[in-house]
Amino acid sequence: MGYPHPSHPKETVVLSRHFGDAGARTYQGWVERGGYQALKQALGMTPDAIIEVVKASGLRGRGGAGFPTGLKWSFMPKGDGKPHYLVCNADESEPGTFKDREIMRWTPHALIEGVAIGAYAIGAERAYIYIRGEFTEPYAIMAQAVAEAYAAGALGDNALGSGKRIDIVLHRGAGAYICGEETALMNSIEGKRGNPRVKPPFPAQAGLFGMPTTINNVETLTAVPHILTRGADWYKGLCLSSPKSTGTKLFSVCGHVQRPGNYEITMGTPMMTLIDEMCGGMRPGRTLKAVIPGGSSVPIMSAEEARDCLLDYEGVVAKGSMLGSAGMIVMDDSTDMVRMVLRLAKFYAHESCAQCTQCREGTAWTVKILERIVAGEGEAKDLDLLFDLAENMTGKTICVLSDSCAAPVVSGINKFRGEFEAYLARRRAPAVA
Amino acid sequence: MSAAHASAPYEPVFVGATKQKLEALFAKYPTRQACLLPALWMVQEARGWIPEQGVAEVADVLGLTPAYVKGVVTFYTMYHQHPMGRHVIQVCTTSPCGICGAEDTLQALLTHTGCQELGRTSPDGRFTVVETECLGACGFATPVLIDDDFIESVTPERVPGLLQRYA
Repeated sequence: MGYPHPSHPKETVVLSRHFGDAGARTYQGWVERGGYQALKQALGMTPDAIIEVVKASGLRGRGGAGFPTGLKWSFMPKGDGKPHYLVCNADESEPGTFKDREIMRWTPHALIEGVAIGAYAIGAERAYIYIRGEFTEPYAIMAQAVAEAYAAGALGDNALGSGKRIDIVLHRGAGAYICGEETALMNSIEGKRGNPRVKPPFPAQAGLFGMPTTINNVETLTAVPHILTRGADWYKGLCLSSPKSTGTKLFSVCGHVQRPGNYEITMGTPMMTLIDEMCGGMRPGRTLKAVIPGGSSVPIMSAEEARDCLLDYEGVVAKGSMLGSAGMIVMDDSTDMVRMVLRLAKFYAHESCAQCTQCREGTAWTVKILERIVAGEGEAKDLDLLFDLAENMTGKTICVLSDSCAAPVVSGINKFRGEFEAYLARRRAPAVA
Repeated sequence: MSAAHASAPYEPVFVGATKQKLEALFAKYPTRQACLLPALWMVQEARGWIPEQGVAEVADVLGLTPAYVKGVVTFYTMYHQHPMGRHVIQVCTTSPCGICGAEDTLQALLTHTGCQELGRTSPDGRFTVVETECLGACGFATPVLIDDDFIESVTPERVPGLLQRYA
């Protein structure tokens, strides 16, 4: 963790080693901590060789989808003569997730190094880092770090004296969750409304400004320098369960635990080790009720399902949810699940870009129906109506925002049906004339 | 143009240093349109919100139509389409903060600023309080953004002291 508490002995501290250490923020401070060695090493390798190392490490996208990073990089065309772009997605806004913010606040040069290596590996001379508008402090820290990296010659037309050009441009968002979706993010950089695009074409064929583009999350890119300097085998060895989930992962834990914060753990660590030991368990006198393990867009897990869940991509899927961004929302027995689900649905209704009917109407009606249930005006058939709506909101739209709204609603009703029915039972008796 | 607009002349934003700042950005993108979000930020920084004349000016400097620019302004929640108080307070109330007392913090902010209602500016013109979706600091409920100051772990008790920092 490192901020605001010291790291827990059960953490595997790699990316978070310098969290809370303000000295690591400067170029000089970063170099003194071993920084920019990986970039130097990378610039002496061929792009293909870098991609092979990343592939061998098993690194998967840390933004939520978990797609193999090396494979994604290998999709970029070669020798096509077009400009290529690397885009770093720093639009962190998935409720429950707050890890990329700490990476940028404490180790801005770690991200710059990862972005520069990624850009070189995919044949891009320019990279854009898209930082959400609300992240004022991380933006200022990143801007300072980028300026320092240019001044030191790590970036620019002769990056670290390699003769290779690597430019990094920071781009500030302006308040839109949907811009974390990769094609919406590209539209946003292009100066458009953040509407997701229909795929195909995929970004590697026609992405930013119509050119071959790769988009990676902050945490993914920050892991790359460590993989280069310490080797793919070292990274692959960080694995406690499924061989398909390697390395360390930052888990943002929030909600009703004693010590919320970011915890870096080896993939495959038991969920209860994280909640009970590292986070100090639930507040006094309270018991665990539910966990949303991967940011608000994934199905809610019951305490029973959390009990023996292993934290890696496969382990969470086995319990009916997804690892997602590893933003864990932990809820105790004081939580009103109906109101919690309603507030989440409001989030998605507010953030829908409104281009697909199923999402625009579906998220709005989900909120209206949940609001009348909470107000004691729901009808017995409302739960079926919510399921029907969810069915029409899943797998039918350009992006998955709509699906993300349906996931907590469906899992919430399925796992905590009694609470929904209790609200329905409070329905006022019809007035008799 | 309405009579009100005619009586309050709009001073262009893209002159002098701000114009140079925008022109320096042109080299960082293959299209001028890509400078739209940064240009709108510059208008808001100078004027506190994005007035219609600001929309027109941005459209002019980037070679876009005002209607197009307006369409982009309305998409993003951080661009203010109306004048705001001197200090804008954004409070996260999304579920992770919601289950940790964000509603109480929001209520305390509405009361102590004198705004009383969301989106309304306090009678003394000091504050406008708005509810915002996930600020990305869920472990530090309740995060509050006052202008560009990102403040973690705000509780109702901390509100009066916090507001004193903003004149």
